[in-house]
This record gives sequence, structure tokens and C-alpha cells, in this order.
Amino acid sequence: MSEPTLRTEAKAVEPEAAPQERHPMDDLLREERLPHIWCSGCGIGTALTCFISALLKSGLDLDKVVVVSGIGCTGRVAGYVRLDSFHTTHGRAIPFATGLKLANPELKVVVFSGDGDLVTIGGNHFIHAARRNIDMTVICVNNFNYGMTGGQAGATTPVGAVTTTTPYGNYEHPFNLPYLAAASGAVYVARWTVLHVRRLERAISEALAKRGFSFVEVVSPCPTNFGRRHKQRTGLDTLRYYHERGIIRHGADPRSVDIELGGDIIEGKFIDIEKPTFSDCCAGIVQKAIAQ
Amino acid sequence: MKYWRRPLDIATIRIPHGQIHVLRERCKGCGWCVAYCPRQVLEVSDEFNSKGYHPPRVVNEAACVSCGLCEMICPEFAIYRVEEEREVETL
Amino acid sequence: MSSEKGVLSGSFFMQGDVACAEGAITAGCRFFAGYPITPATEIAQRMAARMPQIGGTYIQMEDELGSMNAVLGASWAGVKAMTATSGPGFSLMMENLGLGIMTETPCVLVNVQRGGPSTGLPTLVAQGDMMQARWGAHGPYEIIALAPSSPQELFDLTIRAFNLSERFRTPVLIMTDAEVGHMTERVVIPPPEEVTIVPRRKPRIPPGDGYQPYVADDDLVPPMAVAGEGYRIHVTGLTHDERGYPATSDDSAQWKLIQRLVNKIRLYKDEIIEVEELYLEDAEVVVVSYGIAARAAMWPIELAHREGIKVGMLRLITVWPFAEEKIRALAERARAFVVPEINWGQIALEVERCAAGRVPVYLVPHPGGDIHKPEQVLAAIRRAVA
Repeated sequence: MSEPTLRTEAKAVEPEAAPQERHPMDDLLREERLPHIWCSGCGIGTALTCFISALLKSGLDLDKVVVVSGIGCTGRVAGYVRLDSFHTTHGRAIPFATGLKLANPELKVVVFSGDGDLVTIGGNHFIHAARRNIDMTVICVNNFNYGMTGGQAGATTPVGAVTTTTPYGNYEHPFNLPYLAAASGAVYVARWTVLHVRRLERAISEALAKRGFSFVEVVSPCPTNFGRRHKQRTGLDTLRYYHERGIIRHGADPRSVDIELGGDIIEGKFIDIEKPTFSDCCAGIVQKAIAQ
Repeated sequence: MKYWRRPLDIATIRIPHGQIHVLRERCKGCGWCVAYCPRQVLEVSDEFNSKGYHPPRVVNEAACVSCGLCEMICPEFAIYRVEEEREVETL
Repeated sequence: MSSEKGVLSGSFFMQGDVACAEGAITAGCRFFAGYPITPATEIAQRMAARMPQIGGTYIQMEDELGSMNAVLGASWAGVKAMTATSGPGFSLMMENLGLGIMTETPCVLVNVQRGGPSTGLPTLVAQGDMMQARWGAHGPYEIIALAPSSPQELFDLTIRAFNLSERFRTPVLIMTDAEVGHMTERVVIPPPEEVTIVPRRKPRIPPGDGYQPYVADDDLVPPMAVAGEGYRIHVTGLTHDERGYPATSDDSAQWKLIQRLVNKIRLYKDEIIEVEELYLEDAEVVVVSYGIAARAAMWPIELAHREGIKVGMLRLITVWPFAEEKIRALAERARAFVVPEINWGQIALEVERCAAGRVPVYLVPHPGGDIHKPEQVLAAIRRAVA
């Protein structure tokens, strides 16, 4: 891209005089709330686009699809989708979703939230829902910090990263999310960056179709609060980084896919197994209970 | 595209074409569509929307093959294509 | 899906906690999420045994935060849901109780109180969470809290709690204690046709563009569509407008929302407040009490009667909203209030507030671990007439 020049001749374009153009996905968006709040160069919108695209192709009854999110930038996703959606408290999207799903098994429950919300404050709920193999799809946008509040360190912040609460560089070792999910018992684990849109969409499709606890990590830029502090001033800089350092390794051992600052990002589908869900196991004891 | 010989079924091949639509008021000028369009259909325009961002503009209309990457990669739901018939054999 | 073992009509010798679980089942509760904690564990155990029998769901969550959230989620899937805990778990549930209040989610939260603060006296009685019940979730709001004095009443009030939660679209608290929870007494479970169940208020228009989740009826309570019905609702804990969308930049949204959340309960508290009045016609001293402490105060009152003291009892069955008008009316004609409670003065503060200095209020505190000894309450009654 060329150097920006002083655009003295630039002129404002009148907002569309014609009836507002609609995007093909607007049926599934609360378009009256667009443009959304995410920054220029943030990848959450792209993750959401891939999700909606996968949803439209899934054949699911959209009246039964429920999106549950927590607090944070990614947590705002719930407010933009035109589905039954719940914007809950910090870290608690997964138990809320558990209640929804178990009370009405016909619902297709999707948890869509960020790394801080889901695995830092929400870590306990994350591992237990995976352990129980609750039938839900969890899409975790990982931008390596708590973005909404200005860029604090979280459980996925790489060693050495500068954040507002690690001004001298983060010295805590982060989680490796695919490893955490797999070790906890998730039946589907994949990671893609927002650059790899088609593969991300396909992973989300597979996760939606999968019975059990399905986990998709979406690595995303956060130019305002993370990238900016690490020589990736724009979202595009970060996408170029993903392009360069993203390595696709389907079936990789989740233990091996740690992300280090400036290092490779291993992507792909790592786990895809079959296991009885919580509800399957629960059904197994019902006959015994009724007989008592 | 250059072929070393003319394919026998070339009459049945339809190269899609896309009509790009930009919802300019939603754009936040991230530049992803421009950077990742595989056919260099787009460039950053000189105009700006009411928030001060420079939306993309179609600069090579014929090149668009309706791959849909811009539509997928845009974080703002600000660009999409409408697929059309095209009557060309080569690009 | 459900079997015939729903309502266990009959007469039983039943533990309070078990009666609570059966009350919930009788009220239609089909989802329980909880975490073991003395002295509430028996509620979870009973639910673990009974829910599978009647097509309900029992899940033991990893902690109390998960439990409260699972209950909210289940309610939003259209199922009556409950959790039960004690002091330490009650503290953990506060944030999400607030989410339930803010999103107007019907559900029931049982607190079988025990000695505190902190780990305190896990197996022993206290009533130390009464103010926390009122104000424990941050922010301005009203809450409904009921205090049973016996296993039978715990059964009955659990049903009432579910009814109130649906009528007012709010979480309702049952503030019981280790004594009532663990004592075993006669509990009569009526046949289902004799039980009044308040159904959830549903939208009167079909899914489409017309329905907004937080447009209230005249009584300030909005009809509730739940997930999966096609209404495509958005529910958030942020301050929101009538569409349910976040409205944090809108000056008037917080004013409107908070006033409605408060007034939907406050303006209708006559429907909610229940008290029991004993010997109050000519009472000079009024004992104001609730839960097990009220039962323990009955013998001191009898002893005081034998000494010729005109003392009566105002037993609060509903603790929140507080029975302000009752106290103010009694303050006009009594000489003093005596408030025995198993804490260091919580509901006594409300009595003082409403008495407004007209008559003295004698607190009979107890730090927890036991019920009051008769001499303690009797001494206060005597002092009140001295």
C-alpha cells in the first residue's frame, strides 16, 4: 500500500441516498445497531461473519439457535446477532449456556466469547463443561489480552508481551487453548486465524454439527490494545503476520501448539472424536431412577 | 488465462463474475479486502464516509471472479458481491 | 416425559431441606443446579434423586457461580429452576443474582443460613445473611425474600417463591436456616389440584417485529418470551432499553429501567408481604422476629404472659420487602419492639428505621451457633416494659 498522502482533495460521500443497501447477512444481524463497536482492524467481525456463514449453510432451525456470550469485546457478539442471544456476566457464559441446553435440549447453543472471558475468569467453567461433554459449540476469539478494558494481561497473553498490567513484559506462562480443551475432554478442537476465513467457516460448520463440547479457537488481531504494543500497528499488519507465521498442521498434538510472542501459529483441526455427551450419560440413569 | 491448447469443453466453462457492493457507511478502512482480494479488484478510495474512513472502491471490475473473499474477510459486513453471468472465455 | 411421581401427595415426617425440594417439585421446578454445602446439601441430594424420576434435570455444577448461572439459563429456556446454598455460596452467587434481577429472570434461590462470617459454623444455625439478601448484589433494586419457621412452611413457601418469581419476573430468595433445614417434622403435601401455581406470563403477540422483551404491562412486569420460541430476543446485564439492547449512552435508560425494576415490586408489596400476628391486639411489647428465632421466641412470650406482660409477636414471613407499614402502625400503640435475631442486628435496623424513634427497639442478638435461650428474650421483654 502506498504512503498516505495529504488528502486535501478528499471529499465526503453522502450516506446512501437510496434505500439503505443491505448486506446478505443482515437477516441474521441486528442491522439497526451497525456499524458495530469493534475497532478498525479488529478480527471479531470476521469471526462473526464466518459464524453466520456457517450457520446459514448448516440447515439448523435458526429459531432454535441461541448465542451466549460474556463480557469483553467478543462478548458484544451476542448483541449483534438476530438470534435468541444472551449477554451474561464475565466468565459465566458457559454455565448459562449449560442451563439453557439441559433445560431445552432442542436448542442449539453456541457460546461466543473471548479468551479473557472464557478461559481466564471462566476457566473453571470451561474445563468442567468440556469434562462433562455438554453439547455446545464454543467459539473463543483469542486476541491475547483483555481488550475491552484497555489491554490487560490474561491467561493467553504470551511471555514477554507488554500489556497495561505487565508493563515490563508478561512473565506468566499462558494457556495453550487447544491443549486445555483437549485435556479437559472436548470432542472437537480446532484453531484458525481470522485470515483463514474459509477454513474457519468450515471448522465452525463442523463444530456446529458435532455432538458434544466443540471448541474453535479464533486467533484475531487487536490492533488497538495488543498489536499496537507489539509492532503490529494495524489489523492488516497482524494478518500479514498470520500469513507468514501461520502453519497448518491438522491432527497436530495439542501439546505442541503453544503460541509464543513473534512465533509460529499452528492451525488446523486437532481433535475430532466421538464420546457420549452429558445428556447421553444422564439418560442412562433415568430408567434406574424411575424404577426406584 | 493462456491455454497451450484450446480445451474442448471451453464452451461449458463459466467464469463467475461478481458485482461488488460496498456499504460505505459501515466501512472502517481496515484495508483487508483491498489487501487480500486475489484479483486486485479493489483499492482504497480517496473519498471518506461520515466517520472519516476511506472505503474501498472497485478499480478493476472485470477482474472480479466472485470468489467472495472480500465478503468473508470484511469485519464490518460492509462489502459483498452479487454473482453474475459472464460471457467471456478468457480473462 | 415426566413420570407420575411428580407431586408426592401425603403426610410425611420430613426434613426441612427435603420438604424444600418437594415444594419446588410441587411448584413445577424441573431444573436444579447446585453445589454441596452444609446445611443445604440435602436439597441437592433430594433433587439428584427426584429430578430424573420426573423428567427434570439435576446438575451438580463446579461451583456456586456456575450453579446460579445454570439456573438463569434454564429459566430462559422456559423451565422453572432453583438452586440452594448457604452463606459462603450465597456470597458467590451475588453477582449473578444481580444478573437475574437485571434481566428479570424468574427463579428461586434458597439460602439455608449458617454461622458466619466466612466459613464460620458450617453445621449450625444463624440468620446473618438477611441484609445481604436485600443488598448483596451490587446496585439499586428490590428483592423478595421469604423466611419459613418450620419444614411445613419451608414446603409451602417454596411454592410461594416460585409463584412470586413468575408473577414479578424476578429471582426470589428463601432465607431459611440450619435448624429449619435440618429438623424433621410433619409435612403435608396436598394433591396437585389443590396447589395454586402461577404460570409464566407469555407474550400475547406472535413472533415478528412487534414484540420487545422489556415492554412492561400496566403492572410494570413485561411478558417473557424465552429462547427457542422464535422471538429472537436479546438479553443483557447491561442497562438496556425496551428492545433489550444495551443503552449505556442513553441518559434516560437507567432512570426508566431502575425505577421500573424497583416499582414493579415496591408498588405491589401488598401482594407480597405476609406476616403472622399473635397477641397483638393489646400488646405493649411487640416481638418482631422471623424464621427459627420466631419459633424460639414463643416460649419467652408465654413466660412473659405468665408474668402479666402484654407482649405479642409480629412474625415476618416475608422479610423483603419489609413490612414497613405494619411496624409504623404498631409503633403508634406499642411501648417497645424486641427483635431477637441470630445475627448482630440486621432486621432490627429496619424496625428502628420504621419506628423512627417513636419507641425503643431492643435487639436480642446472637452471633450464631444456636437459637436464643428463653432467658435472653425474656430479659429483653422485661426491660422493654420496665
